[in-house]
Amino acid sequence: MKKLLRNFFDGIKPNFEKGGKFEKFHPALDAFETFVFVPGETTHSGAHIRDGIDLKRTMFFVIIALVPSLLFGMYNIGFQHYSQLGEEFTLMSAFLFGLWKVLPMIVISYGVGLGIEFLFAIIRGHQVNEGYLVTGMLIPLIMPVDLPLWMLAVAVVFAVIIGKEVFGGTGMNILNPALTARAFLFFAYPTYMSGNAVWVADAGTVDAISGETILGGLAAAKEVLSQAAAGTGYDSWTPMEAFLGLIPGSVGETSTLAIILGAAFLLWTGIGSWRIMLSGLLGASLMGLIFNAFSVNLLMATPWYEHLVIGGFAFGLVFMATDPVSAAQTTKGKWIYGFLVGFFAIMIRVFNPAYPEGIMLAILLMNVFAPLIDHYVVQANVKKRMKRMNTAKA
Amino acid sequence: MSKDIKIKRGVDIKLVGAADKVYGDVSPSETYVIKPTDFHGVVPKLLVAEGDEVLAGDQLFYSKDEERVRFTAPVSGEIAEIKRGNKRKILEVKILADKEVRYKQFETGAQADLSKEKVTGLMLDAGLWPMLRQRPYDVTANPDDAPKAIFISAFDSAPLAPDYDFMLEGRETDFQAGIDALSCLTEGKIHLSVRGKSAPAKVFTEAKGVERHNVTGPHPAGNVGIQIHHIDPINKGEVVWYVNPQDVATIGRFFAEGKYDASRTIAVAGSEVNQARYFKVVTGVQLSRMLEGNLKEGNIRVISGNVLTGSKVGADGYLGFYDHVVTAIPEGDEPELFGWIAPGFDKFSISRAFPSWMMPGKKYALDTNMHGEKRAFVVTGEYERVLPMDIYPQQLLKSIMVGDVEAMEQLGIYEVSPEDFALCEVVCTSKMDLQKTIREGLDTIKHEMS
Repeated sequence: MKKLLRNFFDGIKPNFEKGGKFEKFHPALDAFETFVFVPGETTHSGAHIRDGIDLKRTMFFVIIALVPSLLFGMYNIGFQHYSQLGEEFTLMSAFLFGLWKVLPMIVISYGVGLGIEFLFAIIRGHQVNEGYLVTGMLIPLIMPVDLPLWMLAVAVVFAVIIGKEVFGGTGMNILNPALTARAFLFFAYPTYMSGNAVWVADAGTVDAISGETILGGLAAAKEVLSQAAAGTGYDSWTPMEAFLGLIPGSVGETSTLAIILGAAFLLWTGIGSWRIMLSGLLGASLMGLIFNAFSVNLLMATPWYEHLVIGGFAFGLVFMATDPVSAAQTTKGKWIYGFLVGFFAIMIRVFNPAYPEGIMLAILLMNVFAPLIDHYVVQANVKKRMKRMNTAKA
Repeated sequence: MSKDIKIKRGVDIKLVGAADKVYGDVSPSETYVIKPTDFHGVVPKLLVAEGDEVLAGDQLFYSKDEERVRFTAPVSGEIAEIKRGNKRKILEVKILADKEVRYKQFETGAQADLSKEKVTGLMLDAGLWPMLRQRPYDVTANPDDAPKAIFISAFDSAPLAPDYDFMLEGRETDFQAGIDALSCLTEGKIHLSVRGKSAPAKVFTEAKGVERHNVTGPHPAGNVGIQIHHIDPINKGEVVWYVNPQDVATIGRFFAEGKYDASRTIAVAGSEVNQARYFKVVTGVQLSRMLEGNLKEGNIRVISGNVLTGSKVGADGYLGFYDHVVTAIPEGDEPELFGWIAPGFDKFSISRAFPSWMMPGKKYALDTNMHGEKRAFVVTGEYERVLPMDIYPQQLLKSIMVGDVEAMEQLGIYEVSPEDFALCEVVCTSKMDLQKTIREGLDTIKHEMS
């Protein structure tokens, strides 16, 4: 097998090298070849040995962490659809229904996104970066299930070009590309990104379905989240249902349990920043407690710990806020950044009645401020050095 | 008097093939080489030509920028070859050695008469001066500087590092004489750092005229740069010097006997060596003396120095001036099928993305494969885990990459050297050449300041 693949690449390679027929497309072949084979390139300068990890493995591990949310999301789409339409279903039929809905989204996301990445690599003559492997999975997971596929494609184009490539590509972007896609759709096509009709598959075609999310309900002053709500139908949910994820919402963000599984994997492997996750939880909890103290409406009165399991908060904190490129990069900066992400997520959620999901805007806001946070953290270090110098001179 | 320093950040990369503490037999090399390229920033001007006869201690070339800094022959014999590279750059001065080494005699006088001028002058003439290196810039010390302190790291924490306690056994007198000579060169202290969690050899514990520090922690705890940062950090405008403990003993013997005896102990180690052990040799020795019949089969990289900072020389290469270990590891030039996805039980990583992190005692036979391709900075916080300095490595590297001299100064360029960033380079997910970047930054700053 190895020899067969090696011979295949060695056979077609000359066409893609300098002077070859497809010289321009070398980055494309290189992307496929390095996907199959880690190159035999050895160290030339500096350290002779290197860590086994590379960006491909790092990104692949994030995708593994997303699998529980993806699989549960597929099931939940079927579950919401059948149960709200009042149809009989099994676990498998619900899952297959979700699969049928989500698979095209994933195909579009990767197809369009990677297409643009390859195009940029060919134009610029550099290697294809791995960043989109994660972004391509994140984007379908944070979209409503009934989003038209062409809209998804437009969002991907916007995210990759405006969110990333104009800044120089993977590693250079200021905003999280996946959230850029969602923000783009939110502002460009608001009716598809909020309201009641988009969160349950085919809800728009049937009048009887409420279809709104918990946050939407709370913002509209409906008692949709309570222990007493158990068994009262699909206008309201218990906190446990919210934790498990059997609630309407974006494809992959409803199940806090699945997200915790992913987070545990990221923390176990050391790929995700525990500082950002922990400080984000602290920030959100503190804001929740403050609102609980002054509660004047349902959103403010929602117990602080329930805030953590509804909406996209957990998903955003675990998979979006921890994006190393757009987050703060210094250790102290990560604490501050994460805390403020959590703090503002709950604040925006409570104060923005038009769009009661705050984590997306909170992360994008803090993405913009992350370099500033890092700047002040680094300046503190510089000042210390300057002070030491003055003491030494004195 | 001794002080304790605890280093927390860093990592010990445990490699297969540490040298046993026994001496191997080695017959003297026929040829010896001094490589001007070992001395960063030195542009050599030759004083000898092919066919000239030299004694051990005779001058071979000097530095164009600082004519007093002389480089001398480690053995006596005939200049066999002057090897040049591109633009006639001098790469090697090769000496065909005599059977018995004949030494040039220097008038060193009694220890009591030593003054800064005398020690400096003798060390410059005899070619011992390059043993003194300075921070900032990590280059040969400038004889005009007044260093605020001299640092000696008496242990090496790099992978497969040689054991200085073993190597300096029995050299107490030489070492003390070296310390005495060095103490003439600074009005500040001589700092001697020993490994805190073991019982160091008495050559170090009984040394007088030094301030001793017990340093504990993983690599790079043994790096002199890390020790300087924790003991007496360098501010802009300050200079400190540092010297290897074996060189201290060489300096000591020089002042006692008036001859440049360039012999030293080196360790030959690595997974591809059959019998990893120590050898008593002379600087510039041909490595084939220790490696012939002692290497395994296959494509092997022979490094003069350790796997983090050494230079690739080949099995017929020569020992570098500053190197005390020779390492042989496998070349990793085979493409690996789905290597980025495979479990990788034999791969070292600090990231916990390989199962090997659950086996803390595991020893690795690492090869020279890059394990991936160069990328932009994406992952953050990994350098900070292995650089025990109050410095922001990624920000410093970026300031060097964009050539922002002011930012480099503010972010601590004066305190670092390429070797301090070697571990950052190893663990870098984006596979950047960080030591090269730091070296470029130091060169830029040095150029700006001169």
